[in-house]
Amino acid sequence: MARPLLDRNLVFVTGKGGVGKTTVAAALALHAARAGRRTLVCEVDAKGTLAGAFEVGALRFSATEVEPGLWAMAMDTEESLREYLSLQLRVPLVARIGPLARTLDFVASAAPGVKEILTVGKLCWEVREQHYDLVVVDASATGHIVGQLAAPEAINELVEVGRVREQTRWMLDILGDPDRTGVVIVTSPEEMPVNETIDLAARLPQVTKVDLAAVVVNRVLPELFGRGEEEVFERVRSGDALARLTELVGPGAAKVLDAADLAVTLRRARAENLAGLRAALPPSLPMLYVPELFARVPGWRFTAQVAAALAEEL
Amino acid sequence: MTERARTVEQLLAAKEIAIVCGSGGVGKTTTAAALGTLAATHLGGKVLVLTVDPAKRLAAALGLETFGNVETRIPSEAFADAGLQPRGELWAAMLDTKQSWDDLVRRHAPSTHVRDSILGNPLYTNITGKFVQSHDYIAMERLYEIHESGRYDLVIVDTPPTRNALDFLDAPARMADFFGSRLLRWLTVPYRSRLVTMASRPFYGIADRVLGTKFLEDIAEFFSLFQTMERGFVERARRVTSVLSDRRTTFCVVSTLEPAPVHEAEFFVRELTARRLHLGAVILNKVLPPTLLDADAVAAAAALERRRAEVAEALAPGVGVEVDQLRRVLGEVATSFDNFHLVAMREAEQRSELAAAPDVTVAVPYVDADIHDLAGLVRLGNGVWR
Repeated sequence: MARPLLDRNLVFVTGKGGVGKTTVAAALALHAARAGRRTLVCEVDAKGTLAGAFEVGALRFSATEVEPGLWAMAMDTEESLREYLSLQLRVPLVARIGPLARTLDFVASAAPGVKEILTVGKLCWEVREQHYDLVVVDASATGHIVGQLAAPEAINELVEVGRVREQTRWMLDILGDPDRTGVVIVTSPEEMPVNETIDLAARLPQVTKVDLAAVVVNRVLPELFGRGEEEVFERVRSGDALARLTELVGPGAAKVLDAADLAVTLRRARAENLAGLRAALPPSLPMLYVPELFARVPGWRFTAQVAAALAEEL
Repeated sequence: MTERARTVEQLLAAKEIAIVCGSGGVGKTTTAAALGTLAATHLGGKVLVLTVDPAKRLAAALGLETFGNVETRIPSEAFADAGLQPRGELWAAMLDTKQSWDDLVRRHAPSTHVRDSILGNPLYTNITGKFVQSHDYIAMERLYEIHESGRYDLVIVDTPPTRNALDFLDAPARMADFFGSRLLRWLTVPYRSRLVTMASRPFYGIADRVLGTKFLEDIAEFFSLFQTMERGFVERARRVTSVLSDRRTTFCVVSTLEPAPVHEAEFFVRELTARRLHLGAVILNKVLPPTLLDADAVAAAAALERRRAEVAEALAPGVGVEVDQLRRVLGEVATSFDNFHLVAMREAEQRSELAAAPDVTVAVPYVDADIHDLAGLVRLGNGVWR
């Protein structure tokens, strides 16, 4: 039996752009922190959306406590290198790091695995040092996450000796341990994100050793009508009833009914997508559903609402 | 001063390259394919859709099982099945990063020895095969190569989903900087002369401890070899960059009206303007119908909400259902309208902000079903075209 998601130490949250990956990462972290786990949430793509989820100013590499027990940070690979050199190799002179960082920038543009390893390395290090009970990563989108998670392995193959090889070994230990590390894929019920989720769920175990822990389906539309009610709705839309309704509530009646029809159509199409998703994923893999909340203005209120919805599912 | 295009059709008729950009999940690939299909149908000539997205969705939409680095023509039967008689030809290709890098090395390597050494270098294999960012440069490089060949009248490019959405624009310049840098030379010196200079000794001390000697040698060999191709690469990168700002090139920004994609689209629009690149069109996908903002509809929904019991009472006999059930249905209808009205209002605000900059702004109505065939692409394209 796989370990419950938030009892692990390192959770990578990925998903197709626009599905609400950052919100879900923030909400998972918030829920864990409120359940008493010292939690760090880290934004990997420097887009600044995570700061919006907590209504704080720009996040930096050094973590900010956004509420008791919950810290947030933004990844910065240069800072990560600096920290690595001073902590791991006891390289004291900051001045000497300058040219190395610049070189790294160039090497990184040719060998981008270096940036990935500095990102994943920092996160694994926080876990190894037990600075937090849980590290939630607002990770790269579905197209990039595999490259990011596979970087330690790729480097491990490439570098045969030296410190880096030793470093990647303990990273791989943490990443490959399903008791400690898991990946969460966030999707919306639309067809394209669902298909990407299915692809990624299949590819992840092929190219990495990281455990897929859960799929979060965000923005699930509520069921509008219960049993038999849809037929009632159809009757209201028919000629005579619609004419009467228009007399009662005004000339906009038909448009209001059209909007409900749109909602029903959307819900139905998405329900099919979700059924396809469930069928394509391993039966033991948990799926968590977050309802469409309509008022989607990012901020504390919204993050807390999503956290509450996730809490019910976990 | 040329007149601004008023439709996407006019825009594409006047251009040779259209670069479609936008954040992930907004329908960028599908939009690029739809534009290509419509251009081949109505404008004629040879049209190529070049996709660099690792997911092979475009193939399905174009009715091709699979296509790789090789440009493939969409069979005329696929058009006939969709009820179309295209004036021109539609072609598609997907960027295979590894293959494209290999081609590039073959083209620029000064000798067969250098070529084989690079292609066999472990670092090279890893870089080109595994890491996503090498998409950026190669996408622009491939675009240049195709455009230069003159094989197509119009090339529509679906841009790579990059970490920073405009990375691909800077990729050629970064490549040129890289080759021209003294740093690169400095990095490779000790392995050429076997003499570590005083200046670089601390660096090598650290690097050696971090990476190990074997890896450093691989790096040094890789860069030394790459340096032999410097002139070709730098000159090439310069020309690739110049194609982007050519007046025959236009950019189409695709977005939905959700907050995150809009945020990114605004960034695109700002950056393109700042770089004096031609912003031809903003294409807004999955836009909710305008009736959700209609004043009559808002009033009717409010009345329905307020006088639900009374309305249900009056309507029930005619509809032939129980009052309670009807009241619940009407309540759901009113609530649902309010919810979607709220989203539509926010969309309208986002839309007005985005519409200020481009020549053309078009909105594509919400269709939830995904597109699997040419007919679907045409339906989508028709919403954009005129």
